Amino acid sequence: MFELDKLVQAIGRLIESAVTALGLGPTWVTIIQLAIATVVVVAFASLLVLFFVWWERKISARIQLRLGPMRVGWHGILQTIADAVKLLQKEDITPAAVDRGVYFWAPIVVFVAALAVYVTVPFGRGLIVSDLNIGVLYILAITTFTVIGLLMAGWSSNNKYSLLGGFRSAAQVVSYEVPMALAVLGVVMFAQSLSTVTIVAHQEKFYQWYVWRQPIGFLIFFVAATAECNRTPFDLPEADSEIVAGYSTEYSGMKFAMFFLAEFLSMFGASSVATILFFGGWHGPFLPSWIWFLIKTLVGVFILMWLRWTYPRLRVDQLMGFAWKFLLPLGFLNLIVTGFILLLVK
Amino acid sequence: MDTISLAFFAIAFLIIVSSLMVVSSKNIFHSAVFLILALFGVAGIFVLLEAPLLAAAQVLIYVGAISILLIFAVMLTARIADGTVRHTNEQVPTGLVISLGLLAVMLYSIWETPFAINGAPVADGSGKKLGELFLTQFALPFEIVSVLLLAALIAALVIAKKDGPIRGRNPVGSSEEPRLKKSETITR
Repeated sequence: MFELDKLVQAIGRLIESAVTALGLGPTWVTIIQLAIATVVVVAFASLLVLFFVWWERKISARIQLRLGPMRVGWHGILQTIADAVKLLQKEDITPAAVDRGVYFWAPIVVFVAALAVYVTVPFGRGLIVSDLNIGVLYILAITTFTVIGLLMAGWSSNNKYSLLGGFRSAAQVVSYEVPMALAVLGVVMFAQSLSTVTIVAHQEKFYQWYVWRQPIGFLIFFVAATAECNRTPFDLPEADSEIVAGYSTEYSGMKFAMFFLAEFLSMFGASSVATILFFGGWHGPFLPSWIWFLIKTLVGVFILMWLRWTYPRLRVDQLMGFAWKFLLPLGFLNLIVTGFILLLVK
Repeated sequence: MDTISLAFFAIAFLIIVSSLMVVSSKNIFHSAVFLILALFGVAGIFVLLEAPLLAAAQVLIYVGAISILLIFAVMLTARIADGTVRHTNEQVPTGLVISLGLLAVMLYSIWETPFAINGAPVADGSGKKLGELFLTQFALPFEIVSVLLLAALIAALVIAKKDGPIRGRNPVGSSEEPRLKKSETITR
């Protein structure tokens, strides 16, 4: 049916012949193909974020018995585009006392880290930038750069609220990364592979989804992923009512927009990793694979937004205690039980 | 020049420049950030050597954990980050001799090692083989390393707890921990 992998392959061959016709070697073909794939993924992700911002505002409005944006376009659907244009036009203010170099690079590091996750995400059958054989580990590793960026932003802003936000985000992400890795390991043990494509290929039928075999692992992953995205109830790094806006207090204009985009990108990233690991990725009946992937991931994003507008924020000590005293032992237990089950089945 | 060499020289340049910045930067936070860049460059070298697992481990451990702890230490140390910290002391000549000696030893060993190029295919980088070796042939060193790490963990706890609990130092001598009571939390 409307599968995109044939189209992508055709475009790839077209690029190959065009580049070869220009008299360039095979390395250039790879470089240009990868560059175009990257541009497509970035464009797709940016469009998605525009939609997400509108969607989140609509969901929050519905939960709070409001209408949300209604004026720009049908039910306010063009509101985010108007906001984005406004942000682009804003003056790029750099406060006098900031550390200029670090202040400049922080949003870029955060944004690139959030975007780099998509390299090993299969958006459909054959729709992946690069099927690394350590795909899952790559995702876990590359997300840690977000923390570096947030710490850089917090430190360079020369503002105590920013610094507190940076500290909080680092403590939070470092803590929740451990149970997250443990939860991912459970799936990897079943799949016997770290490649995202192989993991998805193992879950062809509905009853083969790893969420049925790793329910506790899924819950741990979901909680940890929410924390890694800095979403409520784990949004302490930018808790508006306590520390103004945390690490992004001093940022404005396009630099602020990059933090904002990165948050939504990492939310979609976390949700798509959950889809890959636990919900059979692109598999599903009737519809093309990429539509199934999008549906599953969007349901995950919806649940994340729903949580944000339903639960209050945790306190810092509760947050850390929950990760180290509850999720971590549970993750180890889950891993041990998984090991025994695999041993018995063999 | 092919892509691999081009990438290698670019990454090597990045590593060398950022390593120099680590030791020469006046601001210790900048040093930490450049250290992260250098460590990330090393991960890039691992990728070029078709060892993606090592690259991921490098990023996960060095960038994701150690550097962040380092930055934490820098940020929590008062006044260390305001750019007035000296990077050298009176031991410069001794340090110079030691590092030049080390450089000579490293150059010698690189020069003398015959780097045989063999045509055998590179093992897949997924870490299956590595895991098997860890649990069979190298089980004992692997376990010793984990015990060592555990010992470091406990030692860190002991050092951090040396002064006893906070209420022990409280001159008022109240047995209450210095935190909000439940009723206070609710009224806020």
